[in-house]
Amino acid sequence: MRISQFDIQPKSGPEAGREPAGVASAEASPIRKFLLSRGHSAFTDRGFHLLMVLCGLSIFGIVALIAFELVLRSDMTLHKFGLDFFFKAFSDPDTKQTVYWDPFNGLFSAVPFVYGTLVSSFLALLMAVPLAVGVAVFLTEMCPRALRGPLAFLTELLAAIPSVIYGLWAVFVLVPLMREHVNPLLVGALGWTGFFNDDNPTGLGFLASGVILAIMILPIISSLTREVMSAVPHSQREAVLALGATRWEMIRMGVLRNARIGIVGAIILGLGRALGETMAVTMVIGNSPQIHRSLLSTGSSMASVIANEYAEATSDMHLSALTEIGLALFVVTIIVNGLAQLLVWAVTRGAPSQAH
Amino acid sequence: MKSRETSFRSRVRAATDHLATTLAILATVVVVAPLLVIFIYLLVKGARSLNLAFFTQIPKPPGEVGGGMANAILGSAILLALSSLIGVPIGIGGGIFLAEFGRGTKLANGVRFTADVLNGVPSIVMGVAVYALIVKPHVSWLPFTGHFSAFAGGVALGFMMIPTVCRTTEEMLLMVPNAVREAALGLGVPNWRSVLSITVRTASPGIITGCMLAFARVAGETAPLIFTAFGNAFWSSNLNQPMAALPLQIYNYALSPYDDWRRLAWAGALVLIVLIVLAVSLVRYVTSRGVLKGAS
Repeated sequence: MRISQFDIQPKSGPEAGREPAGVASAEASPIRKFLLSRGHSAFTDRGFHLLMVLCGLSIFGIVALIAFELVLRSDMTLHKFGLDFFFKAFSDPDTKQTVYWDPFNGLFSAVPFVYGTLVSSFLALLMAVPLAVGVAVFLTEMCPRALRGPLAFLTELLAAIPSVIYGLWAVFVLVPLMREHVNPLLVGALGWTGFFNDDNPTGLGFLASGVILAIMILPIISSLTREVMSAVPHSQREAVLALGATRWEMIRMGVLRNARIGIVGAIILGLGRALGETMAVTMVIGNSPQIHRSLLSTGSSMASVIANEYAEATSDMHLSALTEIGLALFVVTIIVNGLAQLLVWAVTRGAPSQAH
Repeated sequence: MKSRETSFRSRVRAATDHLATTLAILATVVVVAPLLVIFIYLLVKGARSLNLAFFTQIPKPPGEVGGGMANAILGSAILLALSSLIGVPIGIGGGIFLAEFGRGTKLANGVRFTADVLNGVPSIVMGVAVYALIVKPHVSWLPFTGHFSAFAGGVALGFMMIPTVCRTTEEMLLMVPNAVREAALGLGVPNWRSVLSITVRTASPGIITGCMLAFARVAGETAPLIFTAFGNAFWSSNLNQPMAALPLQIYNYALSPYDDWRRLAWAGALVLIVLIVLAVSLVRYVTSRGVLKGAS
């Protein structure tokens, strides 16, 4: 019975392939089942493959879509102001004052926002980098095993806290603290440099946003640095120790020197995060489109002006200007992140990740 | 004379070593302490502000005491469901492509690199792009387009999930031993079937945790929602209407002049944090147990 069926089956041609599996399976031999499934899967396999490739390509699609929409929507300002948008200010004909951003009179210049973004990110890096590298050194080289897990978990957790919650904390804890204690101290001690003026009584401003940004990018920089440092082979450490080095010399010569490219990558990745960070900065930077030398005065960043004004933009030109700022942010973060990714890859490639 | 010099140098070296150790410990304390403070502050302040009304009522008009964020919780749930519907299948598909079909090819390397870069693109930029695509399109191409809507918010969040889900899926699939794939193919199982029922299934605990991580990240996103889902002070479950979301509500209330609204913002922050901590801890627990333990 079985054998005869097997003999007959191939002859019945394509019809057999379409037979519902449930009907045939009662008597079908394993070989026939195998052949049937082969016939089916020639098509399904190719289809599945194609579908998965499409899913992979969707990532290119999203990037292309973002770029396309942003360029399309910012063409008004792109045409009207060109590159001056990022470099030039306007001068008010009556008062002779510099004007950067005046949606009602159609004057748009991104200069103060670029400035605000750069200053707050730079302040954040200045505070975060030494601390992050210190933490990474401690966690990979010095920390007792029992502490390593919880500390790593804590940093992981902090990286997962949403930006709006950092902002909430900053508004109600950090800003009052700056206003009452830190700012007067800085004005008293360093007021002569011109970077710390007490003309802003709110506590909001570049320094406050720099501090909250530093807290936010610390976990990212330190966990990546940790990953890069764990990728340094143990033989390097042992070789330096065998030459009679102290632990710090071992870390400096054996670990940090080997991992430096990756650490730079981690820092640049942190910079990328800081440049694009929106909510926390919007909540504490003060949102005024001005340029002040004092770090204690209010300002505005590229991301914060979009968050603040986009939903209630007054004109098409206004919307276009905000979109162009978004486009600039997009291009800059793509470049920064791409560079950082390449640097981190250069170090960790080939070495299994041990940081997790 | 010479030996004294050497001992001096070695003492300097030992001192430097101690100094470096102290500095590293100090850095850790300086970092961990404020972070713990933030966390404890949130817990205390949030717990004090939380009550039953928070989960059952919608916001009261400005200035009135009481009310809650029930509509925002519902809104966040709907937005997250929508975004997972978009982000999870496409992300997993992309991960399967990277791990199963494109291993080592130029195309796969390009996709992987782009995914990592896309992960770093600020969420506000995604919001602007989706605004241009759906909220204010040049041509109204779908019934959901042309105005602020939950649909637009879901799409923005969904797009943001794709790269994260894609990369974690790939990582998890790469952990599945090749012998498992070969065994399946050797039994004559078609490739698509082997991928879906054998490889993906083996890695499923890891893939699920990856999805939860992306979920937790997206759950707290505010920036892309400001001008897509927009927010809503009332109950709304209509995908075609503006919809409230928890992070959005926290943002609006934190900057409001009313004490009671600020209280609600803290309570909302606590709820969000608990949600995210649960997700992250679960991920940590599952991965520390060994992703593929159940399957081997």
